Amino acid sequence: MRANCWTGKNSVEVMDVPDPKILNSRDAIVRITSSAICGSDLHLYNGFIPTMKKGDILGHEFMGEVVETGPGVTNLSMGDRVVVPFPIACGTCGACQQGLYSVCENSNPNAPIAEKLMGRSPCGIFGYSHMLGGYPGGQAQYARVPFADIGPIKIEDGIPDEQVLFLSDIFPTGYMGAELCDITPGDVVAVWGAGPVGQFAIASAKLLGAERVIAIDRFDYRLRIAAQRAGATDVINYEQVSTLEALEDITAGRGPDACIDAVGMEAHHDIGPLHAYDRAKQAAGVETDRPHVLREAIMSCRNGGVISVIGVYGGFVDKFPMGAFMNRSLRMRTGQCHVQRYLEPLLARVRAGEIDPSFVITHRMSLEDAPRGYEMFKNKEDDCLKVVLSP
Amino acid sequence: MAGSDRTWRWVDGLGIFSLGLGTAQVAAPGAMNRLVGAKDTPENRAVQRWLGGAREIAAGIGIETRRGTTGWLWARVAGDALDLTLLSLVLADPRRRPDERRRATAATAAVLGVTAADITAALRLSRGAVRETRGRGTGDMAEIEAKAMITVNRPIGEVFRFWHDLENLPQFMAHLQSVRSLGGGRSRWRAKAPVGMEIEWEAEITGEEIDEFIAWRSVPSATVQNSGEVRFRPAPGGRGTEIRVLLHYRPPAGKLGSAVAKLFGEEPGQQVRDDLRRFKQVMETGEVVRSEASPEGTRTRRLIAQRPAQPLPA
Repeated sequence: MRANCWTGKNSVEVMDVPDPKILNSRDAIVRITSSAICGSDLHLYNGFIPTMKKGDILGHEFMGEVVETGPGVTNLSMGDRVVVPFPIACGTCGACQQGLYSVCENSNPNAPIAEKLMGRSPCGIFGYSHMLGGYPGGQAQYARVPFADIGPIKIEDGIPDEQVLFLSDIFPTGYMGAELCDITPGDVVAVWGAGPVGQFAIASAKLLGAERVIAIDRFDYRLRIAAQRAGATDVINYEQVSTLEALEDITAGRGPDACIDAVGMEAHHDIGPLHAYDRAKQAAGVETDRPHVLREAIMSCRNGGVISVIGVYGGFVDKFPMGAFMNRSLRMRTGQCHVQRYLEPLLARVRAGEIDPSFVITHRMSLEDAPRGYEMFKNKEDDCLKVVLSP
Repeated sequence: MAGSDRTWRWVDGLGIFSLGLGTAQVAAPGAMNRLVGAKDTPENRAVQRWLGGAREIAAGIGIETRRGTTGWLWARVAGDALDLTLLSLVLADPRRRPDERRRATAATAAVLGVTAADITAALRLSRGAVRETRGRGTGDMAEIEAKAMITVNRPIGEVFRFWHDLENLPQFMAHLQSVRSLGGGRSRWRAKAPVGMEIEWEAEITGEEIDEFIAWRSVPSATVQNSGEVRFRPAPGGRGTEIRVLLHYRPPAGKLGSAVAKLFGEEPGQQVRDDLRRFKQVMETGEVVRSEASPEGTRTRRLIAQRPAQPLPA
């Protein structure tokens, strides 16, 4: 089959690889009909996530049709149309039973590698480094889906791929980011990053009843989509105004009740020297992540407010304002999304017409064009926000 | 363990000291003679170089290679006695100048200190407080101890029963090929070892309490002396079962011994942790979890030599 493989820093290649086979009894093989490039794939592309190997198949947002099932899968049959959640989760360990699917205790056979870096291991993830399992991803024609009896959600009617594909990751991820804010009436929520996850965080904060939602980014086309399609009430282009001052102004000095970090480890900075400081440290390997958004969110959040972190971090950060965080009674809530938890309720919202997730798509291309898609998405060429690939 | 580590560090120090001092004596016997206040004659240089230097180097090498370490330490003590005798000759010589006498006195004090260290280390090792092993050589091997623990989200009765049927162990203990029950608490174990070797032994249950523990040990005639115990305890608040495993292996000397040592890798604890991780997978999900990069499931060796995340060739 054809598959988009990581071949080194800033390099992906579509190549011929063997077809997947069943390895465990609870596996299914899915013929992929749609797949997407995620912002977190850019962390791999840019070489910031360790333990990638040449030839690794990328992609963790995909859906398709079941073509084979292992003997342990009884809820799916050939021909079923499914969306596959990006966290691989067994459903029976202590974490899964609490609904914490993205920290499944069994799905990462390479857990000892993750434990060296993170103390304990999160779940395995499709196409997302060897420390997270070494599973081939879904930017391909076929994929093996482990624990297929737990993860995939069946889509039984003719609803188009583009409206349900993002249930695999970015819609639930953005939604969880908003849910972690415990939004109550009157709340002002600030969202750093108006990429695809940020767009869904903004839309979800509105769905969950936020009074005002502020989008922060440096690209006007993204801020425009945030205001026109996701429902942001205010936008801040941090290259034009100071984020902290604008937030003071919008909240009359209170600060946002909740701050969502939908950026993660590769944040940019409006103050040149500080950005250079983090870039240099990251390049030298003394810090793996640039925590600019975290610092700003902590400094601006109202006393007692919530910092919700859904942007991906890989390792260690520097100059973390712990004093502000502790003395001002802030809370931080984080996690890779527990997608399995959100599939049913979010599909219901899509069916009810409360949201059409396809609003983030700006580019559609063939799987063969994946390398161009990565470059466009990375460099924000042609106002690129989200690339969907068809095999 | 900490105590024995200290002793070994001490012994190591003495070995390095021997090598350093010996090298100086062989390379610069004249300077060494002057340092200890002896007369720098050709005869004294020969004594310094060959009776002192060569002896120190031999002892240093003997100690550092861990072959008959205790013997070499006693050899050092004998050498110390020889040095003290030679120094006393210098001190007794009425022709020595006061500054030479001062240097000889200082050297004597230093040698006395080193002698005390040598005697202490030799006594500790001779008493067997420390097993003279630590290496991967083919000599006597130390006992390998490995322990690990895990929590499994299944009821204690089920977890205990699964483990109690020893024939289940190869499902999650990667190095085992098979365990066959022989009845009467005895069983026959077969393990794979690197370089195509196979190791077999017979074991017997030495103690058990339902839902609490199982202990076993190889029968005395086994080539690989080993014993193990696994303890079960309900995890608090309905969190399943806590499992703690403790294993002891005493690999035999020779080629087989090094094969067994390799089997347990540089860090035996990691293998047992991996075994327990697979045990948890088997109990909670029904089987060992595999990815294309680690198709055998969690294996210490595979962790460092990953396949690419691509389907396996047909």
